[in-house]
Amino acid sequence: MNNVTTMRSLGLALMLSVLAGCTSTSTQDQDSANNGGADSGVTVGGSENAGVNDVPEDTMEDEVVLDTVFYFDFDQSMLKPAARAALTAHAERLKANPESIRLEGHGDETGTREYNMALGERRGIAVRDFLSLQGVDTSSIEVISYGEERPASMGSSDSDYSQNRRVELK
Amino acid sequence: MNHLRHISALFRLSVLFAACLTLFAASAAHAQLTIEITQGVDSPTPIAVVPFGTPGQLALPEDVAAIINADLRRSGLLRPLPKDDMLSFPRNKYEISFRDWRILGAEYLVIGNVTRSADKYSVHFELFNILSQRTVHSQTFEAGLNQLRDLAHYAADQVFEKITGIRGIFATQMIYIEAFQNGNEAQDKFRLMLADVDGARPRLLLESKQPILSPSWSPDGKQVVYVSYETGRPAIFRQEIATQVREQLTNFKGLNGAPVWSPDGRTIALTLSKDGNPEIYTLDLASKKFTRITRHFAIDTEPNWTTDGKGVIFTSNRGGKPQIYQVTLASGRIERLTFEGGYNARPRVSPDGKSLVMVHRENGVFHIAAQDIASGDMRILTETYLDESPTIAPNGAMLMYATRYRGKGILAAVSLDAGVKFRLPSKQGDVREPAWSPFID
Repeated sequence: MNNVTTMRSLGLALMLSVLAGCTSTSTQDQDSANNGGADSGVTVGGSENAGVNDVPEDTMEDEVVLDTVFYFDFDQSMLKPAARAALTAHAERLKANPESIRLEGHGDETGTREYNMALGERRGIAVRDFLSLQGVDTSSIEVISYGEERPASMGSSDSDYSQNRRVELK
Repeated sequence: MNHLRHISALFRLSVLFAACLTLFAASAAHAQLTIEITQGVDSPTPIAVVPFGTPGQLALPEDVAAIINADLRRSGLLRPLPKDDMLSFPRNKYEISFRDWRILGAEYLVIGNVTRSADKYSVHFELFNILSQRTVHSQTFEAGLNQLRDLAHYAADQVFEKITGIRGIFATQMIYIEAFQNGNEAQDKFRLMLADVDGARPRLLLESKQPILSPSWSPDGKQVVYVSYETGRPAIFRQEIATQVREQLTNFKGLNGAPVWSPDGRTIALTLSKDGNPEIYTLDLASKKFTRITRHFAIDTEPNWTTDGKGVIFTSNRGGKPQIYQVTLASGRIERLTFEGGYNARPRVSPDGKSLVMVHRENGVFHIAAQDIASGDMRILTETYLDESPTIAPNGAMLMYATRYRGKGILAAVSLDAGVKFRLPSKQGDVREPAWSPFID
């Protein structure tokens, strides 16, 4: 089980670092109107030029790999005891080397989308509050909910759902 | 479009990509949803719609009678006779043999003609009652050369209304979300689409690599409002359909969700968590002023306006589980509306204001349910799986919703009396969050 979790964290960390390569903030310049898709990943009407760019495959940094994904029960935003050890270690790391982090809250596909959006935020806040209790400065933490819009596992089984009710620390 | 271009420094609103005004022409790249009727009423009224006549060698891009037939069949209330059963194709009333149609079992007959001039089509049709042998209705419509399909839908609306007394919704449209996700976020693609309500003529309104959700119409059917994550965070945008001009309406920390336009078009109700907790707010579009409506430590979200615009109905778990509540805006008074079951959420009010539809969980399964507001009686309308996002047609007779079918997200529809059911399977991606347009004049 631990191996599985570690593999998943590794996989996720790798995927996240890859993703970071293609994340960009939106520009609001009028100039970008014609190729807005390329800058922000958004295409309004017609233009079909929103290509997927090649992304560099970063290598892992050589530090201890901590769990970065924390799971929740159905319709719940209470932190599970299993998450505490890893979060405490994250808190120590963040206190020693302060950096901005993002907590992305997610839900499973059951239930309505905007309600799940609220639930995802609650889960992110539960993690933020735990880190705050450990002494981490909350001004460096941003909580973003994705509700059920970005499932980690695409299926519709209970095990898919339990993998999707999560907070990802990025 | 100039009226959309207010720029308010206070709220950091900005018109994005205003120069991108190209109208998106329907293209083969956007797969059309096609309809499969899964249940009709027991004894729909038989009607014959004869192939429409054209002068000389005029070839039409659309089969007008076939479109009318498909519309009427989808209503579930009428049963169009197959073309192969017809003994003749009359083009005017003098060619009609009422006896033949009576023997075929038709109660009504529609005949018509299409003519074309340099820049427009003209459709003339006549509806007959076979038993009385009288004309019930006749009418001529004209429209541009790319609008023959619209003319067919208008004719179907008229025929349907004359026979059933219910205003037709065949000329209305829908918006919905199309999502392509394979587990690799880098390849995610989300699209906001606009299509005829029969799934034809899909048009792209917005495409993004980040989620798009909660699309909703302005009451005049000219604009849409939705949530987009394109900035890396959820933000609410409005977009004018004809010009594609967009305006970002919110940019708060936390949730920016569930936008719905008020019946008078002046205000948008939405969910924000900028004060630490999900609450319902209203945004006055002229002044850009936000007003907080709910104050509770629970989740308050998924607002929908009452038909008179004086109240907002919403989902809250203030009682422990998600249920539906109504707040009266003037007094702030809050009333709980649903009591049956442990999960009732995302309400939509019927156009007559008398009933609610919502997502209801029973025995762990999510269905669409309707509740009579006055009596509190609830009926479950669907029997599919993971049903959500109900949207009611502007005539109040049907609703569309999102469900799963063969492992994919699809749209389906059911009449409010649950007698008629059909689904619109998608050839590609997951289709969800339909929003039925208002009547478009």
